[in-house]
This record gives sequence, structure tokens and C-alpha cells, in this order.
Amino acid sequence: MNVQRKLEILADAAKYDASCASSGTEKRDSSDGKGLGSTAPGMGICHSYAPDGRCISLLKILLTNACNYDCLYCVNRASSNVPRARFTVDEVVKLTLDFYRRNYIEGLFLSSGIIRSADYTMEQVVSVARKLRQEHHFRGYIHLKTIPEADDALIAEAGQYADRLSINIEVPEEASLAKLAPEKDVRAIRRTMGRLRLKLDEAGEGRKLTPKGNTAPKFAPAGQSTQMIVGADSASDRTILDTSANLYGSYRLKRVYYSAFSPIPDASHALPLSAPPLVREHRLYQADWLMRFYGFDVGEIVDETAGMLSLDIDPKLAWALRHRDRFPLDVNRASREDLLRVPGFGTKAVDRIIATRRVTSIRAADLARLHIPRNKALPFIVLSDHRPSPHLLDSAGLAERFKPKATQLGFGF
Amino acid sequence: MHITLDSETDFDGWRQAARQLVLNDVRPPEVTWSVWGAAPGLFEPPDDVPPQDTPSGTFSVPAKFVDLAQSAILHRNPERFAILYRLLWRLRSNHDLLDVATDPDVSQAMTMAKAVHRDEHKMHAFVRFREIGREQKSHYVAWFEPEHHIVELAAPFFARRFADMAWSILTPEACAHWDGRAVSITPGVPKAEAPTQDRLEETWRRYYASIFNPARLKVKAMQKEMPRKYWRNLPEASLIKPLIEGAERATAAMIAGAATTPHKAQKRPEPVMPRTPSSTAGDIESIREQAAACRACPLWKDATQTVFGEGPPHAPLMLVGEQPGDKEDLAGRPFVGPAGQMLDRALEQAGIPRGKVYVTNAVKHFKFVPRGKIRLHQKPNTSEIRACRPWYERELKSVQPDLVVAMGATAAQSVFGKIMPVNKTRGRLIDLADGPRALVTVHPSYLLRLPDAEAKAREYQRFVDDLRMAADLIRKPARAD
Repeated sequence: MNVQRKLEILADAAKYDASCASSGTEKRDSSDGKGLGSTAPGMGICHSYAPDGRCISLLKILLTNACNYDCLYCVNRASSNVPRARFTVDEVVKLTLDFYRRNYIEGLFLSSGIIRSADYTMEQVVSVARKLRQEHHFRGYIHLKTIPEADDALIAEAGQYADRLSINIEVPEEASLAKLAPEKDVRAIRRTMGRLRLKLDEAGEGRKLTPKGNTAPKFAPAGQSTQMIVGADSASDRTILDTSANLYGSYRLKRVYYSAFSPIPDASHALPLSAPPLVREHRLYQADWLMRFYGFDVGEIVDETAGMLSLDIDPKLAWALRHRDRFPLDVNRASREDLLRVPGFGTKAVDRIIATRRVTSIRAADLARLHIPRNKALPFIVLSDHRPSPHLLDSAGLAERFKPKATQLGFGF
Repeated sequence: MHITLDSETDFDGWRQAARQLVLNDVRPPEVTWSVWGAAPGLFEPPDDVPPQDTPSGTFSVPAKFVDLAQSAILHRNPERFAILYRLLWRLRSNHDLLDVATDPDVSQAMTMAKAVHRDEHKMHAFVRFREIGREQKSHYVAWFEPEHHIVELAAPFFARRFADMAWSILTPEACAHWDGRAVSITPGVPKAEAPTQDRLEETWRRYYASIFNPARLKVKAMQKEMPRKYWRNLPEASLIKPLIEGAERATAAMIAGAATTPHKAQKRPEPVMPRTPSSTAGDIESIREQAAACRACPLWKDATQTVFGEGPPHAPLMLVGEQPGDKEDLAGRPFVGPAGQMLDRALEQAGIPRGKVYVTNAVKHFKFVPRGKIRLHQKPNTSEIRACRPWYERELKSVQPDLVVAMGATAAQSVFGKIMPVNKTRGRLIDLADGPRALVTVHPSYLLRLPDAEAKAREYQRFVDDLRMAADLIRKPARAD
């Protein structure tokens, strides 16, 4: 089998992993003339986009799609009939360098099916990174999948080469994971995430204490992340977001990715064979952002009785409609915390409002220059030349006017 | 007054001219700007040289204006020089103007700067090198069509990234080259001068097609980030149309296709991580294994793992704490966090070697509520303490210490099987039902929480004194009295 054919099989096998980030790592480049590559610590770079709207930043592949596990939702499960392939370490190294030199990618995201044992699999994955870093002095981005229960020395070595490590929790509820992925052990996954956090903390504290003579071993400067599949089981949005809050707090994850379960070739009958719930996935990302950057608690975001986020309107707007007594809010006076809760107000807009209002008051005509959608925000705010009609906030019709005419997709809000 | 700048990116020229104009009180409407040779219009006014003799007086601008102007000046909008001059003019009387994001001039300048940075970012992303020659002598050449005047701005990024290869980025307006030592800029060239193929492009296109998930078409999201104007220079873009067309067919086939019978050859080997068979033996290791799977109260769910006791299997002294904390939960070992460090110090001062101590907790899972990036410790309640007590009882039975030290109220409640006020019972030996004695003291984390230094020192000393009692007792076990 030639490398091109292997690449087709092993990229196809890797595409259900949503993560493709190349951001948030340390600053590195090759201007010393010794190696190849650099990082873009600020925002990462997406070198292309596929028609599924997902960015292509890294060469995202499996080392092999042969797997001992039989996770029902997974295209690579042991009982699937998909064609199998396995890259050699050198093939992955060469492909990564060849793609990188042409500016196709920011680096490599390498994962693998579990073959032989956790340690054997992890050792194979680590060998690729070791070769890239040590023999080729590759300074680009590396994301490695961590195999739960792999030996501590291997994990420490992985963290020495990788910018990011990740372990996918896949399904939020333990009972459901046991059914869908009988060999996976969520406790082992959590224990390994815990080990990663201890190592990340240690490296982080080392950096803080002695910025120059740092003696703590380097460890995954872009942190760790995970992924949950949405829609493969009956877990509610509340359950998913509770799990996220727990994981963010417990293991300081940089990101939790949500991946709408999508039909796979040669799928198991035990799973819903339908179009992936893309709008639900989008709402979960919005809710995740509200938790991390807008000061919301899970309990506030999801309506207690429903347990699910509204698909029609975004979760912040839904919250505002449930808490109309807190509005209208005077934009020229309100605190940062309160401003962040206004529908249509993003973190950047709020920063600009706070800077602007020190100098001059904010009027309705200014909203466009702050990139705030007027129709969404106006019913909830007071400006120096605008006050919403009191009937509007109390009316049943307010919620109606936000119902979408067409399905909204994309991540920004 | 008309000013002609040397080039589209002549920031220094603009800055010098603008400075002279401001100092000479030339109002913005009186100035027009153009770039040398860019648009030699018939009605272009003759060049005015701004007065060179600097009038007295200086003025300063916020540092962020310089940043903003340096970026915005690379925008292709011919009005940019005038907008920035107007902004500069107004900044003299209103130093905070740049904070007013709602001001039309500020807003426009910021929008231009943002567009320039986006274009630069997209150039970093969408340049595609093609290799000419092979191996050591190869040269990598790309053709790119930026929207703004950003070639010089974007070039250093490629120099830092591809330091070990010779490369050129050709564009209609300017070209950037790197020879391994320095970046050089030359005039623009036509597209025909760029190479048209590369041996890796077919492999890259196959990757692009394979990483695409046809079940989740989001064409608008793709176009928002990768607008059509870039497509003509991206080797993978010719696949977009056929992939979209094939997507619905492919998805329908996947949904309609029944799951096939698994290959016989794909028999499932042994699970990689063998589940430990639970043992019923009474030694501490087998109790630990059983406790790892404990579900007697709901705390296991949010925690990472059971944090079981640790120490010599027949230690003369057993220390019982409340519950594992954040660090203990991650490490799976008791007393490794800040309270553990405090305890270690106190033990050493009391003359108790860690090797003689078995440390454990009344409750063996971490109870907390997540608050953003941290976990707030929660005190375990009576039913959780009760649910966990059998593990403590089995540890006690297995280790058989001479003395149990209960640190804090939760530990005391577990050790005595009922609520015991720490202050009333502290510092005296109490006989337990079958064998060992017990001593009550505070939990080391209580010492960590005390706000004032004096109280902290005093309470720490009392804690060490309590431990000294324990030290005396294990040195001469006096069960006979």
C-alpha cells in the first residue's frame, strides 16, 4: 500500500476528532537556522477549510486504524469493516515535514488505534514526535493523543515534545460509555487527565518561579483538551455541560470539543443513523463560551425543566428572556459582569464600551460601530437616546421576534 | 497642500509630513495625499513640499496611535492617509480619542487596521509553496494575491518559520525573498513567472478530500473563513465543488447502508487494561483495590479517584484527616497538597518519622463544586461520612495501630462514630472500643486558613504539641495500664 492510500485511510479515520487548534502554545521559531518551523502563539493558523466548515490546521491522522477496542460510535472499532492501514514512524515524519515546507499545515495531530497495549501504542506515537523534534529539529505544533493508563515516563516524554495532549472522554455518562465503549474505562481516563494536570501545574509553576533558569521539565505548553460526542446517546445538554464544568475545573482543560455524532460508513445498528445535530453542537459551544468567558454557571444556562438548550435562539438570549426583570440595563452605567449578560454583547464590545463611556456616552447609533446587532440588543438596554418600551420587555411577543427565519450555523455569536 | 509619498507603504514619509503639517497648523481639509507614480492623474496637483523649518512646540500622541497608523496605512483605501491625518489632528486636542470606539474616524481606522491584519493572517495561512529542484538545492516559490499592501509586513513570519530553506513569495505588487540570511523585497511580477505544480500537491489534495466529513456540510462557515477570492491560488480548492456535490449522496449512502457483518478475522483480543479481579482478602492492598471501585455515596462521580490510605501496613500510628483535596484527588495519594506539607513539617518537629505513620481520610473521595478553573472544597456531610466509614474500619482492623489521631471534626466523627466537638476532646487520650486509643486534634488545613500570623504560629505550636503526645505514646506503647 503506498503512502497516498494510507493517508486517505488514516485521515478518514481521524476526521471525527473535532480538535484542530494550533493556538496557545509557547513562542518558537527556527531563526537560529538549525531547524524548521515556528508557532503562532496568539491565535493559531488555519491553513485551509473543508466544506464541512472545519478548519484544517494540522495534519490530523492516526498512526494506525487497527484497534483492539470496539466502541460502537467509532469508525475504527474492531468490528468495523473499514480498510485498515498503518503508517511507519518515518512515513509520518516525512509527510509532516513535506506538508509543512509547503505551508499546508501548522504541524501534526497524531492519534492511534489501541494496538497490543497502552504502553506500546503510546510509545509508537511518542516515537514520531521524538524523531520530529530531535532529529529534524521541528519547531512546528504537535498535538498527541494520550493513551489512558500509559506509563508515566512515556507521558512525561510525550509532554516534552508535544504542545498539546488530549484524551477524549467521548460520552459524558459512565453508564452509557460502558454500553457504547465496553473497553473504555472513564475512571482511567480521569486518572490520566489528573496526572497530566499535575505535570502541567509543575511545569507552569516552574516557569513562574524562575523564568530564565527554569528547571521544571517542559510539559505540553498548550495544555490538554478533550472531546465529547453529542447525540450518540441520550445525555442531556445539562449533563454534557455539567461534565464540561467538572472537567474544566478538575483538569484545567484548555478546551472541551463537542462533536455532533455523524453517520459513519459501516455503522452499528445500536446508534442513531441520522444527520448530525449540528445546531445542538453549535449551542453547546455557545454555552461553553458563556461558562468560560461570560461568568455564567451551568445551572443558569440550561433551563432546569427542559435540561436542553433551545435550538431556536442562543443560550444567552434564552437566559435574558427568562430573566427579564434584570433588564433593561443602562449601558452607560452597568458593571462589566452585567454588560456581559446582554444579548448581542461580546467580550470585545464590552471592553470597548467601558473604554468609550469614560470619555463619552453611548448612543443607539454607536451600536453598529461596536459591532453589536441592534435588533438583538435594543430591547434589553437603555442608552442616552434610547429606552425600550416597557411593554416590549413584558410582552409574550418578544421571544417570538427572535425565532429564526432560517437555521443559523457557524460558531460566532 | 499636496503631499506625495514614496510608496503605498511609506509610513515614515507620511509620519514626517504629517508631523510638519500639524506643527504648521495645516488643517486636514487643506491637505491631499497621493503615492508617487501610483495614479498619475491629469489633475494631480503639483507637489508641495511641507515647510521644513520646524516651528517651535512639540506634541505627543498615544503609543497606540502609532501602532494603529502603521497598520492602517497598509490598507488599499486611498483615503487612508487623509483619515489618519485627521485622526492625528484631532488627537492633539483630545488625547483620549482612540478610546472612543464609536467615533467615525477611530472606527474607520480600526476597521482598516483590522482588515490589514486579517489579510496578513490569511497570507500566512494560504501561501502555498511549490518546490523547484530537489533536496539540497531546492527553492520554494509561491504565488499569492494579497488584498492590501502587506508583503513586507507578512514576510518576516515566513523567514522565522522557514529559516532553513530558500523561498520566494511572488505577488503582483511586490515579491519577498529569503536566502537563509535576509529578506529582500523586489517589484511585483506576473503570475506566469510562478511555478505551476508541485510533487506533493496530489497527496495534499487527497488529504483534503479525506479529512472532509460529508455528513456535515457547512459551506457558509467555510466561505466565511476562506473567501472565494483566495480559491484560485489554493491547490485544494478545485475539490470544493465536487466534494459538496458528492456529500449528500455519500451521507445518504451511509445512512441507508446497513451495518455489515464484522470480519471474522477481527476477533477481539484481550482487553488492554485487564479489570482487576476483586479479592476478599483482608490485607491492606486488597482493601485498597476494592475501595477503588466504591460507589457507596455519590461523591465518586465527580471525583477523579478513590484516595485510599497510605503507609506501612502495620504502622503504630494512624492519622485520619477529613477528605482528599484537589491535589490528592489528582495524585491518588493522601496528604500531598498544601495541608500535607504542613503535616509533614509538624510531624518532623514532633519527632515522628513518616515511616511510622499510616495516613488516611475519613472520606475517600474529594467533595467539591467547580468554580471556573478551580474546585471549591465542600465539607462532607454525615451520610457521606457514614457511607465511607466501613473503609476506615477495615483499614483500622488491618493496620492495628496503637494510636489513632483524628484531625478535625469530620475525622473525629468517623473515628468515634458520632459527632465529637474538637475543642472539648482535644489533647487527651480516649480509649476506643476494641484496642487502640484515640487522640483528637485540628486538621492541618485549619492552620492554613487562619488569617493572622500570630494565631497561626500559636495554633501550629499546639498542633505540634498534640503530635508530640502521640510521639511519646508510640515510643512506649502502654496498652497495659
